[in-house]
Amino acid sequence: MTNIIEVKNLRKAYHDGITETVALSGVSFDVRKGEFVAIMGPSGSGKSTLLHLLGLLDTPTSGHYSFNGKMVTSYSGDELARLRNKEIGFVFQSFNLLARTTVLENVKLPLVYSDVPEHEWDERATKAIEAVGLEHRIGHYQAELSGGERQRVAIARALVTNPEVIFADEPTGNLDSKSGKIVMSIIQKLNEKDGKTVVLITHETSTAEHAERIIRLMDGEIESDIKVAKRLTADDEYIK
Amino acid sequence: MNIKHTFTTSLTGLTTNRSRSALTILGIVIGITAIMLVISLGGGAQALILGQVQGLGTNTIAIIPGREPTGPTDVSALYSDSLKQKDLIALQNKANVPDLKSIMPTVISGGTAAYDVNAYQVSIFGASELMAEIFDLHPDRGEFFTNDDVLSRNDVVVIGSKVVEHLFGNDNPIGQKIKIKGRNFKVIGTLPSTGGGSLFNFDSMTLIPYTTAQEYLLGIKYFSRLIIQTYTDAQVTVAADDIAKTLRDSHNITDPTKDDFTVQTQQDLANRLGTITSALTWFLVAVASIALFVGGVGIMNIMLVSVTERTREIGLRKALGATDKDILSQFLLEAVLLTAIGGLIGIILGALLAFVIAIGLSKGLGVNWQFIFPWSGAALGLGVSALIGLVFGGYPAKQAAKKSPIEALRYE
Repeated sequence: MTNIIEVKNLRKAYHDGITETVALSGVSFDVRKGEFVAIMGPSGSGKSTLLHLLGLLDTPTSGHYSFNGKMVTSYSGDELARLRNKEIGFVFQSFNLLARTTVLENVKLPLVYSDVPEHEWDERATKAIEAVGLEHRIGHYQAELSGGERQRVAIARALVTNPEVIFADEPTGNLDSKSGKIVMSIIQKLNEKDGKTVVLITHETSTAEHAERIIRLMDGEIESDIKVAKRLTADDEYIK
Repeated sequence: MNIKHTFTTSLTGLTTNRSRSALTILGIVIGITAIMLVISLGGGAQALILGQVQGLGTNTIAIIPGREPTGPTDVSALYSDSLKQKDLIALQNKANVPDLKSIMPTVISGGTAAYDVNAYQVSIFGASELMAEIFDLHPDRGEFFTNDDVLSRNDVVVIGSKVVEHLFGNDNPIGQKIKIKGRNFKVIGTLPSTGGGSLFNFDSMTLIPYTTAQEYLLGIKYFSRLIIQTYTDAQVTVAADDIAKTLRDSHNITDPTKDDFTVQTQQDLANRLGTITSALTWFLVAVASIALFVGGVGIMNIMLVSVTERTREIGLRKALGATDKDILSQFLLEAVLLTAIGGLIGIILGALLAFVIAIGLSKGLGVNWQFIFPWSGAALGLGVSALIGLVFGGYPAKQAAKKSPIEALRYE
């Protein structure tokens, strides 16, 4: 199987004028198409920085990054924006839905920046909302939704452009355990049934064990990279 | 992202913060309202003044003693006694000014008019019988004095409505004798009220034959003004030239810069008054523009706050695929929409106010004040307000577009 992510000696350092803070000191690994990888590590280990680099939200100080066969380290800001729109879906810890906006409008947001023809928007958004089991909430405003429901809207938004990869940054971090399970089940189903590549950041082992593989970071370096021996299974109950 | 969606996105951004948007545009609304009002009222004033000047007839030429000073040292410009009887005769000569239809010498002074125990400060206007025709005066009682009265230096007077009111109250003044500067004059006519808005206020005037005024009241041999009419409007320019040449001959002047008289056509006067009113208008527009500028700074302030407040939204949009340009146009359009809406409200409000004031002035002053919708002001207002949006929204929009997506997403 082909690699969708190939990272070599990826390094990221921040300068505040006097001192240099190294967030990531040269990491190398690959992610196969359709793989479900969890990145773990204590805070300050560089896992968020790594996800931002992988998600094309930030550019590395040095190193090589090939995303879906493209050497994206030399891409311009506009080209990266296009890639983010077409091939990447984001799920954030704090949901990041637009306030005073309906579920449908929130899910349609990435399409506004895409070249998907407008007459397909509603259909696509509705399908994505159905995929997370929120079709009964389609006209609701985000303030009327529970935390778990908000995160499911965010997942639907990540799906709407039919991307190759889903990047999830602590998706269950702000949720109670029941909602967290539902969200993880949806993400796992996207990986298993729809073949989406998933890269997920978490510090909870229970969440990480939905993945096939866990990369542990420590002080900006890979500490371990192991296969999950006993994967948790997706729970289909969430739809009810 | 296409224009339509940039537009709807911006509009959504504005409508989610309705009251803030409304307060933000207040400065622009006030600025544009002020500009519209000033331009509209300025136009109305100009139309009124020009209408009155042109009401005298555009075939009228006035000759004034003295010239316009060429500089502060040009003291000899201030002649007051340079127009004399010989000039009148020279000008009446058809060989000199062939287009001259009529000429009227005038003498202007001031003094007290008295009847019985009543006294009133009046303007004394010495004229000929042509006065009635040139200034379109129709006595409401009695009649105007005649050429005979002028030739015989008769002590007759036509008085304005204010003079009647102060000296006679409700009594009929015709045939009564009033004292002007101590000399008795017989009232032969009265003039109807011309209203306060008129350029020439005949209401507190006493009109007497200029010959009488020169000889018996003032003891002078010169004229204050010579008023000339040509047969047609088209002859005015040529006639003005002929008049100047004739007077130079009569005064032995070879260098036109040393003229001791000024030939003024109604068109000159209209142009000059027009220049004054429009200069005044534009000065007021400049003052009102300060309000606009302050409004623009207000817009920038609010947009900067808005950009900071919506840092997460910007980060999210960028993460979802918005380019810098998308963000820039969204915020720029928000600012331009704000200011353009403000401009539009200002235009409507300003025009409405000007309309109400025009009605008020017409009714209150009894003048024919016309409401003028200032198209130039409207276009200017809309253009300027959109420009303010671009200029003052540009910086905040740039700040928004510059935000890196992760910094924006991390922002709490």
